[in-house]
Amino acid sequence: MSIGRPLLDVLGLDAWYGDFQALFDISITVAEGEVVAIIGANGAGKSTLLRTIAGLQPRTAGSVSFDGAALAGVPAHRRVGLGISMVPEGRRIFPSLSVEENLLIGAQARRPGPWTVAAVLELFPMLGDKRRRGGSQLSGGEQQTLAIGRGLMANPRLLLLDEVSLGLAPIVVGRIYQALPAIRAAGASVVVVEQDIGQALGAADRVYCMLEGRVALEGGPAELDRDRIAAAYFGMRA
Amino acid sequence: MTTANNLVQGLLLGGLYALFATGLSLMFGVMRLVNLAHGDFAILAAFLALVVVDGTGLHPLLTLAIVVPAMFAVGYLLQRGVLNFTVGGDGLAPVLVTFGLSIILQNVLLELFSADSRGLDAGAIEDTSLALGRLNVGWFPLLTLVTGAAVLAGLQLLLARTRLGRALRATSDDPEAAQLVGVDHRHAFAVATGLAMATVAIAGIFLGIRTTFSPALGPTRLIFAFEAVIIGGLGSLWGTLVGGMVLGVAQTLGAQISPGWGVLTGNLVFLAVLAFRPSGLFGKPVTT
Repeated sequence: MSIGRPLLDVLGLDAWYGDFQALFDISITVAEGEVVAIIGANGAGKSTLLRTIAGLQPRTAGSVSFDGAALAGVPAHRRVGLGISMVPEGRRIFPSLSVEENLLIGAQARRPGPWTVAAVLELFPMLGDKRRRGGSQLSGGEQQTLAIGRGLMANPRLLLLDEVSLGLAPIVVGRIYQALPAIRAAGASVVVVEQDIGQALGAADRVYCMLEGRVALEGGPAELDRDRIAAAYFGMRA
Repeated sequence: MTTANNLVQGLLLGGLYALFATGLSLMFGVMRLVNLAHGDFAILAAFLALVVVDGTGLHPLLTLAIVVPAMFAVGYLLQRGVLNFTVGGDGLAPVLVTFGLSIILQNVLLELFSADSRGLDAGAIEDTSLALGRLNVGWFPLLTLVTGAAVLAGLQLLLARTRLGRALRATSDDPEAAQLVGVDHRHAFAVATGLAMATVAIAGIFLGIRTTFSPALGPTRLIFAFEAVIIGGLGSLWGTLVGGMVLGVAQTLGAQISPGWGVLTGNLVFLAVLAFRPSGLFGKPVTT
């Protein structure tokens, strides 16, 4: 898929997390068909940024536009209908729903598109023979694939993945990242929030590095060398 | 023979208690919201039925077709307009708000209908019975139990099999994650309260046919509903039916010993369940 016009446009965004400001004047763009990684240390504001884009967190300044339209005042559940789907940190699988129901509820917004239960099970075959089990009976890696599958069932144009590799074995993380090309080929742009820099640089077209609520560095993986990333990541001057 | 007869009457009475308890259980299950005005809404529904009967001459059971949808609407609007602002905190706010609602409802009903006891006259069905050997089973108590079981079965199917039920269960698990899949949690909560009020409307009308009612009766009914839910086990709809039956049997057998002992015996059984099996007969043990 060729990289096209801007799909997501975040401009001058401020957001507060309780009593302290979590985001300062954040501007990022995601083009149609692009995979963008957001890296940064704990508390850099990555998750807050994704939550603000998804509509779970109020912004205090700046704007979020999707496909050219401002999202101000659009609640989270309606953003799903517009094509923004978020896979939250910690998976957040619904424990009283079976694996299959967890997928089916992903289609609650009734957006048409390529992703169905069958298509998700083809992408993540390990879920297939567990579809009748309770959602919370899966291993951590299986839960993560289920959460991504649930997010795909909304047939998103923009998929937000928050901390997908947190707490998972490297081999499992590898398998999840192997699914990215298929997700992209089906027509979704992807934003991954990632603490694993190697993984992020390998998968993304562009990388933003956040530090203390600000964008400290931006560029393609090839343009960014280790020293610059380390400086932006930890706030040190190399 | 008296004991066997009382046992049957108690089981049938359990149907009425289950009808009362279902909505309470549903609201707690979906929103962790304890509705202290639950019993008063049942009495409100009984008075609504009375107004419809007086105005149209309809049979009390036929007023269900009007009162149940009306109470669904009351529940939906109550949740959207008031209770949604109390959900998600420490659980104290909904208790205070519904306690206030309870007082308001009782006083409005008192103002409108006076403190007189009223009843809904359902005619012959109230005092005819089915002879089973030497047991006499009243048609109306039997109808109450069947209705209670049908309401529970319907609710169970709705929750387990439908798209709406899936959304309600997901919202109950995690309201924020539910928003991320496109569920409007405020709407889901309002539907849950609407359903709860619809079931309590059925309970109120059956109560009004079975016995007399007055504006101040709600809190007593609330206690029986609570006891049925706790005995059966939180989160188990069928447990609620069994809980209602256990309570009904305890009350009728207690009253057989001495008329004043009915309610007391019910309360003692409830206390025993709390002491020895706090998660109820069918509830899952509390893990968190």
